[in-house]
Amino acid sequence: MSKSRIVVIKSPRVISSSGKVDNELLSRMVKRGLCQLASESEHQDALNHFFSPKDFVGLKVNCLAGRMASTHPELALVVASLLKTIDIKNRNIVIWDRSSYELKEVGFSLNVDGGDFLCFGTDAQGVGYSPKLIDHMSIGSLLSRVMEQFTNVQLNLPVLKDHNLSGVTCSLKNFFGAIHNPNKYHDNGCDPYIADLNTVPQIRKQQRLIICDALRVQYNGGPSYHPQWAENFGGIIVGDDPVAVDFAGYQIIDKIRRKKGLPTLKNTGRKPEHIFTAADSRHKLGKASSEEIDLVEMVI
Amino acid sequence: MSKLDRRRFLKCSLATAGGVMFPQILPGGPLLNLSQNASASPTQAGLSHVEAKYYKKLEHKEIECELCPRECMVGDRERGYCGCRENQNGTYYTLVHSYPCSAHVDPIEKKPFFHFLPGTKAFSIATAGCNINCKFCQNWEISQVRPEQVKTYYLPPEDVVSYAQESGSRSIAYTYSEPIVFYEYMLDCAIAGRKRGVKSVVITAGYINHDPWLELIREVDAIKVDFKAFTEKYYQDICQGKLKPVMDALVDLAQSNIWYEIVYLVVPTLNDDFNDIRRMCKWMVQELGKDVPLHFTRFHPMYLLKNLPPTPVSTLEGAREIALEEGMSFVYVGNVPGHKGEHTYCPDCKQVLIERVGYRIIQMNLKGNKCKFCGRAIPGVWS
Repeated sequence: MSKSRIVVIKSPRVISSSGKVDNELLSRMVKRGLCQLASESEHQDALNHFFSPKDFVGLKVNCLAGRMASTHPELALVVASLLKTIDIKNRNIVIWDRSSYELKEVGFSLNVDGGDFLCFGTDAQGVGYSPKLIDHMSIGSLLSRVMEQFTNVQLNLPVLKDHNLSGVTCSLKNFFGAIHNPNKYHDNGCDPYIADLNTVPQIRKQQRLIICDALRVQYNGGPSYHPQWAENFGGIIVGDDPVAVDFAGYQIIDKIRRKKGLPTLKNTGRKPEHIFTAADSRHKLGKASSEEIDLVEMVI
Repeated sequence: MSKLDRRRFLKCSLATAGGVMFPQILPGGPLLNLSQNASASPTQAGLSHVEAKYYKKLEHKEIECELCPRECMVGDRERGYCGCRENQNGTYYTLVHSYPCSAHVDPIEKKPFFHFLPGTKAFSIATAGCNINCKFCQNWEISQVRPEQVKTYYLPPEDVVSYAQESGSRSIAYTYSEPIVFYEYMLDCAIAGRKRGVKSVVITAGYINHDPWLELIREVDAIKVDFKAFTEKYYQDICQGKLKPVMDALVDLAQSNIWYEIVYLVVPTLNDDFNDIRRMCKWMVQELGKDVPLHFTRFHPMYLLKNLPPTPVSTLEGAREIALEEGMSFVYVGNVPGHKGEHTYCPDCKQVLIERVGYRIIQMNLKGNKCKFCGRAIPGVWS
């Protein structure tokens, strides 16, 4: 059985203590991560493993917790720029989340006019949710029309954070932002809801690549921002297996917690069971053990 | 992917407050033209900012909601399960106070109340949101969404009372979705209505904590509880709730002086076991008394339960028979217009006291609160 490759790439200089991101360095990190993931020497060749020029690519970010605990706009813009290098047109790239307001608050420039990359929330006029109800496992939800009608593939850009209910929020949970009723799925540590949602065919088929923002990691008190528990980790996690990405993210959070003298997530009663549910024989969404993951760690 | 839709979208400018994301699906009945009133113009993403009752502040801006048995722990900028209460910087707010998404004038029999002001109208309002998630919900388009996903109207409590009076309604009904989630709004409307002679009736699943429940009971005039089933499994699997809190809420009602009725939606194969129904009826007779009206209503395929057939009428009749055998005095069959189980019968002389067809009253044989044939007192609020 083949392993899932995950690339964790860090730089101590990519984010300053004040939160300023070095875009040039971040771009190099993303390129290196992509090349390592796909065993290519050029990032264009790596991206071609996952996307074609005809694709309409959704960049699903997570902006729910405000500027300090959301996907950095700098990362989304770097990734969007790289997609252009494989001839995906500006107007075929959509940076999106639940609401335009939250995108704007985090620092994204909303754009529905073309010219540059598109950027808007599901609540934007003319978007909304598909009226077709998804009735799948424990999920009864409407899917954002960004996924149904504006894009055909997704590049998941989650932010790695501690979560008071699910333990970890990363790539799997990011699709809670693609449905109209995520508040219905937080019981029992969001398990099995997160895993069930990710097996919805539209999500499973569309997700091609994950580049997780671990520049600043909220390692405790999440998903809200608490400066006393935010670490400038200076990393990104690149993979095409969302379970493996989340497993790697879980390890990173626990590592920081141990370093800070906090109990592990398991010892706080918040082990992220949804990651293991996603890997089980019923969901088969990816790998959730060190033995099954080819972890590549790099520092620039 | 529809390129046509995409192109059309790109011609549009971005709405600052978000667009209409969800068609407003309204239950049957006449919709008041609220937009005729300047204070009731439709809004997009109209959200209130009224501090919620019944929650406690925790460390690090987290809160714990104490309104319903879910007792959601909600971090800053997050919402509870209901989707309409939000933690903003450590303070919990209701987002739906004075912003209903539905407003209708309905016959009180539609709720159904059969022993509360029969033949009168109820000005009926709902906001978005619910604290459970029943797979058969008939109004899921408003109950299972967030308030910004439906079109809302600004309708403060005093205006609700005014609309009720103008429409000739004797009561305000909090209904369609789950009024527990718009608790503060409901309470303020009920208080305003009581001052001006308009009663308040609540149509709820009864999934609420003890203290807010007792406060609500004090302020409203009648409550109808949707008792979903008599098994924990059904509450968990079909409704994402728990049975025990609802049983406790019913006992609270029985120990109060408020008028209340119970509806039991009979869903084929899921809660139609006659043994369970008999156990439930025995419990009701023992804990609630035999005079509480019990409505066995017919299920129709809806929402996430489209794979089941409508309830056979014979099942409803069987359930009614069991309840009568167990000693309950007022047992009805619902959602079967023209069925004899819609009528109210005198438990003593067995004469028809109130003859109904659907929501219409055909004849009333009450003298005051008594059977006009034998003089037996009939429990209810009749005038």
